[in-house]
Amino acid sequence: MCLAVPGRVLEVEDRDGTRMATVDFGGVVKEVCLEYLPDLKPGEYAVVHVGFALQRLDEESARRTLELFETLGMLQEEFGDPWEAAAGEDGFERQVPDGTAGEVQR
Amino acid sequence: MKYIDEFQDPALAGRLIEEIRAAVTRPWALMEVCGGQTHSIIRHGIDQLLPPEIELIHGPGCPVCVTPLEVIDKALEIASRPGVIFCSFGDMLRVPGTGRDLFQVRGQGGDVRVVYSPLDALRIAEQNPDRQVVFFGIGFETTAPPNAMTVHQARRLGIRNFSLLVSHVRVPPAIEAIMGSPDCRVQGFLAAGHVCSVMGTEEYPGLAARHRVPIVVTGFEPLDILEGVRRTVLQLERGEHRVENAYPRAVPAEGNPAARAMLDDVFEVTDRAWRGIGTIPDSGWRLSGRYREYDAEHRFSVEGIDTREPAECRSGEVLQGLLKPHECEAFGTTCTPRSPLGATMVSSEGACAAYYLYRRLDLPATKPGARAQRTGAQNTESYDTAPRGTEPRSTRPQTADPQKTASLEGSSVV
Ligand code: SF4
Repeated sequence: MCLAVPGRVLEVEDRDGTRMATVDFGGVVKEVCLEYLPDLKPGEYAVVHVGFALQRLDEESARRTLELFETLGMLQEEFGDPWEAAAGEDGFERQVPDGTAGEVQR
Repeated sequence: MKYIDEFQDPALAGRLIEEIRAAVTRPWALMEVCGGQTHSIIRHGIDQLLPPEIELIHGPGCPVCVTPLEVIDKALEIASRPGVIFCSFGDMLRVPGTGRDLFQVRGQGGDVRVVYSPLDALRIAEQNPDRQVVFFGIGFETTAPPNAMTVHQARRLGIRNFSLLVSHVRVPPAIEAIMGSPDCRVQGFLAAGHVCSVMGTEEYPGLAARHRVPIVVTGFEPLDILEGVRRTVLQLERGEHRVENAYPRAVPAEGNPAARAMLDDVFEVTDRAWRGIGTIPDSGWRLSGRYREYDAEHRFSVEGIDTREPAECRSGEVLQGLLKPHECEAFGTTCTPRSPLGATMVSSEGACAAYYLYRRLDLPATKPGARAQRTGAQNTESYDTAPRGTEPRSTRPQTADPQKTASLEGSSVV
């Protein structure tokens, strides 16, 4: 939860006086608040944490970090179904890397 | 070299390790503060690739783990009340309070909801004007600005049925406390990259000078961590104690000024209890006077809760780097991710979970009776979840009885 995940800005808009964006995290698209990085533009990458863009990042670093978090099962943690995970056994086991290529078991 | 072909750039990793090896002349103990770094280190076997003189000590950098039991119990109490919608990040669901967790509260009829962002909780409040919506505001300097913005937005939009149960913590006072402890063995710090993305590096030079300790701002990727270790070791060998930024691509010196300004407006610094560690002066934030009406502790009376920590859990020592997870008696026996005694076993950034998930370990010596019972009744726990190529560290002498280890491994089901 403390980790921030890099994502790519798709679209930016002003909503009720708040700067918002849709951001792509390697396939998962989320609403993100840009109030802390108001001049972020579509196509740019940023470090996003719990729905807030906190710092710009270059594309290459963003891609590598996303891969790492995938390997560590942290994307699953951030975007997966937490109820399923909390339900124990099954939910937990699926976050355990299978030991072959560091892939997340699904 | 084992593991190294799993790195993004094995050649560069090899060079960094060689440089570290060439520089080291005596033992050094470095602490990585961030739980995400701990997972990366254990997953990639970085601690085992480094020369034996270098010990990586795992720090208290998991916000879920350090949230005090009292606050968890307050959350459980508020979440149980009728008329309340309790919103939280998903990783708090299984964190044990006294006798239960949020997941069980929902099972008992509490309206507990998981949100991705605190703004989602605010939206729920907007859509449910006749209910009280409480958001569980935990986390370090990375999480505090989003929560601060959400409270600010609640006031701006005039949403009054929203409040925050706040337990935010700050990293520099924790470093101060660790360095001030008589048991402290830490000689250098790998500072948490994402915390510094927000806060910048200004808080560290004073700490580095006072305690004569190098502090190197470090990212999460294996190569970032090796680079952080390399720079810290070079400083130590030269007798230096500076702040260095090894993660400049995400950490400008000033951090994120807009986020820092919002933090200063919405929160004020306060003493905060850390689970397993105790109270550290100035180590947390609470809502400032101007926002007190959004403080769930003011809105709901939740005093006088009787909290009870499980006596066998030693996560306080784990969080301070005094004990490695597998040295805890309960590790992998009475304490597993499925039935955790401490938050460090349940959190995705917890050190106990990292060891459990990624490393096949020598199991701690336990009373044979307890062991037999466990393996007999429930032998579906697996210790063989470590990535290919891992094996128990040769420098780990605690469970010297090979027979015991062998028989335990035989009894676990893959
Ligand atoms: S292994 Fe379990 S009981 Fe032991 S310190 Fe970790 S969380 Fe606590």
